[in-house]
Amino acid sequence: MNRTAISGILLSFLLVLAPLILLASDSQPSGEGNLIDTPEEINDYIVHHLQDSHDFTLYTDGETGHHIGFPLPVILWDDGLKVFSSSRFHHGETVAEVDGNYYSLYHSKIYKTNANGDLDLDEAGHSHNARPLDFSITKSVLGMLIAGILLVWGFGSLAKSYKKGPLPTGLGRVLEPLVIYVRDDIAKPNIGEKKHRKFMGFLLTAFFYIWVLNLMGMTPLGFNVTGQIAVTVCLAAFTFFITQFSGNKSYWGHIFWMPGIPIPMKILLIPVEILGMFTKPFALLIRLFANMTAGHFVVMSLIALMITMKAQFGVVASTGIAFFLAFFISLIELLVAFLQAYIFTMLSALFIGMAVADHDDH
Amino acid sequence: MYNLIGAGLIVIGGGIGLGQIGGKAMEGISRQPEATGKIQTAMIIIAALLEGLAFGALILGK
Amino acid sequence: MEQLINDFSPGLFFMQILIFVLILFLLIKFAWRPILESLKIREESIQDALNSAEKAKEEMATLQADNKKLLDEARKERDQILNDARGIANSIKEEAKEDATKQAEKMIEDAKKAINTEKQAALTEVKTKVAELSLQITEKVLRKELKDSKAQKALIEDFIKDVNLS
Repeated sequence: MNRTAISGILLSFLLVLAPLILLASDSQPSGEGNLIDTPEEINDYIVHHLQDSHDFTLYTDGETGHHIGFPLPVILWDDGLKVFSSSRFHHGETVAEVDGNYYSLYHSKIYKTNANGDLDLDEAGHSHNARPLDFSITKSVLGMLIAGILLVWGFGSLAKSYKKGPLPTGLGRVLEPLVIYVRDDIAKPNIGEKKHRKFMGFLLTAFFYIWVLNLMGMTPLGFNVTGQIAVTVCLAAFTFFITQFSGNKSYWGHIFWMPGIPIPMKILLIPVEILGMFTKPFALLIRLFANMTAGHFVVMSLIALMITMKAQFGVVASTGIAFFLAFFISLIELLVAFLQAYIFTMLSALFIGMAVADHDDH
Repeated sequence: MYNLIGAGLIVIGGGIGLGQIGGKAMEGISRQPEATGKIQTAMIIIAALLEGLAFGALILGK
Repeated sequence: MEQLINDFSPGLFFMQILIFVLILFLLIKFAWRPILESLKIREESIQDALNSAEKAKEEMATLQADNKKLLDEARKERDQILNDARGIANSIKEEAKEDATKQAEKMIEDAKKAINTEKQAALTEVKTKVAELSLQITEKVLRKELKDSKAQKALIEDFIKDVNLS
């Protein structure tokens, strides 16, 4: 017990310390050689971190503009498949020329440009240049793949351990109660004893996938997969389609012809109910996205206090304050990482349960 | 500017709601400690719904 | 909202669908199905064991109840038998007493009867004897009285005197 507590605290220290060091020494991607100093730069840095990235950068030397990390493959569909390494962008500093087309990175997105990399920007800073379909193995995609490999490896070994005996060994001892937890505390109470089995695959996968990705976001590797709107839209879309396709007669009856109320009310309720069909998964995707984004933002902002308060309190005091605030908010974020996975799965189960429930009492 | 005022209003509303949920849940738990698990689950679900609402409003207003 | 839509990357969305479906498929096939099956089998076996233990306990309880019932019955029967035996003994005793009394009475009665009969017989005998004796005495007296003819003649004369031929 004591040893786990101590190693847990050490791990948390590491989780907080590493981005601290990175932030302290990282520079703007512009490569002008200046250190991050002003609040605007910090904000830019955080926003940049929250976005997906086409290369995997662990550390950037502010003085020399030298990046430590590795490029990731870029896969574009733009009148044919174009595959090249993201190193050709040089972290957004240069224009990549592929088969006579020019592409450049702007705010972590790939735009089609001319040979000089000129962007047609509007007042809000959005580019009106064409965006090719981008199927690149970005940092987020890499994160998903890692999470997938971890899940398949971990739970595959748990599944295999049952062949040896009725009780799992090693890692399985930790994973098995989690599986039972999802089954007994999330699926069964919301969907029902009889029908839950069919949806267990999705619920378990969603729960562990989100949780692992959330936890990966807490590491200094800087993944922010569940903070990508596309990812949460996709997950919520799965819940939406599973709910609609498993909806029974009574579910659709409650949407299009609510029983037990006068006819004018029934007609009035139809658009409300149809809207409700979409707002439920919308709330799901927004909640996950906003929580993870806000979490990353808060942690990084607190770490950045080290820089913004340096002038008032001196280096040591500001570092100390930033460290302790970031440390405790990181502990809360560890809880949130679990809670968001739990709530996503819980509400998915609730919606599915509503769709498959038998309303015999009406 | 208006965005920020709106965000503040959302946070006030959400805070009141969360306070109500948490407070009532505490009351419920202190009244019936044996139902703690059920009350907590229900509390988290309702808090999550409220959170979804508040975040939805924040993002729509952004 | 605008910012969000701008941030939405269709490519990432597509990759996410692809990867998620792949993970879903792999996990369902290689993890969830065997895990849930094993859990179900294990839980069922535990449930079975518990059920059978419960059943055994119930059986034990009924067995014990049966034993107790039997014991109670046996005890009752024993008491019954004892009571019966006591009753029978009593009744036998009573009967014996009664019999004895009756017999005694009868014997007394008989004895009395016998005594009476004997008495009567004795009396009769005595009477007969007395009569015989009187006769003998009379005879002897008569013989003695009437030994000489003079006396006989006197007697006859006496008789004749008495007899009044008128």
